[in-house]
Amino acid sequence: MRPELQKLFRMDKLPHIWCPGCGHGIITRAIAEAINESDLDLDKTVIVSGIGCSSRAPGYMHFDTLHTLHGRALAFATGVKLANPELNVFVLTGDGDATAIGGNHFIHAARRNIDLNIILFNNNIYGMTGGQYSPLTPTGKIASTSPYGNPENNFDIPALAIAAGASYVARGTAFHDKLLIDCIKEGIKNKGFSLIEAMSMCPTSYGRRNKMGNAADMLNDLKTTAVNINVAKKLPPEKLEGKFLIGKLHHKPYPEFTQEYDKLIAKLQKGAE
Amino acid sequence: MVEKPLDIDQKLCKGCGICYTLCPKKAIKGDEKGKVVVDNPDLCSKCGICESHCPDYAIFVRREKK
Repeated sequence: MRPELQKLFRMDKLPHIWCPGCGHGIITRAIAEAINESDLDLDKTVIVSGIGCSSRAPGYMHFDTLHTLHGRALAFATGVKLANPELNVFVLTGDGDATAIGGNHFIHAARRNIDLNIILFNNNIYGMTGGQYSPLTPTGKIASTSPYGNPENNFDIPALAIAAGASYVARGTAFHDKLLIDCIKEGIKNKGFSLIEAMSMCPTSYGRRNKMGNAADMLNDLKTTAVNINVAKKLPPEKLEGKFLIGKLHHKPYPEFTQEYDKLIAKLQKGAE
Repeated sequence: MVEKPLDIDQKLCKGCGICYTLCPKKAIKGDEKGKVVVDNPDLCSKCGICESHCPDYAIFVRREKK
């Protein structure tokens, strides 16, 4: 690892528990790079996570970190941010953690537009518990609880976040790590709810069942199925079938929750005098 | 003496094979256990794709400071 990144990791905790070829390691490095390049005060940075493969990431990062209940990472992070608004709060969460167990916290945190940076590691499966299908498992894919193919439709996370009121929404992949770093850096700058969906891969629980090859093949799949939004604007719709968009998908700043809350307190204190 | 282009931490490598599959110059390869070793250091162009895509932080590309 690069020496300037080593200060952001708990080097004594490595090697991590993720399987060989897991994309989460690449995304965790991208987050560290983005924090390193953004010149944040490391003593005023908090990383919160829930439960799952992705939520192990803060355990390897040398910050003030919180490893909380399943799906409740955003609830804890909202509390941290409201108690001390000058902190930079990151939430590292997985597809099941954010959209199934914590689905309600997710839409309401987006609705409030509270200044959090959410990096959602999407590996399309519940990897840690044995490969059950999650709300982000694509239709028809095999999981341990859908041996004949998943009959449900999956969420489109950016569309859900935009509809719920997020002010910054972007998507990157484990292959497009430079783009992912840029998206995270832009999310840090945005005052409000920033959601970055990071497409990861799970060769052990998802790729093996769906015959997608080894980790390198899955990484190559991410490369070929992702289309940058700037390129997609010039392409005809039939060329975008089966692809997903990456890059900055939505950015519309509007008043942030903790600032509005402070304004309300100041207004009411004036009234009491 | 040719300077070593890559530092590889064999303790961290889990042998997933991403780095030597992505390497455009095929300067690195897997050993009998699948773990990464430098095959031909002269071919390495120090592009860094192995370092940035190693999920286990086992590779460090030595670059000259600008």
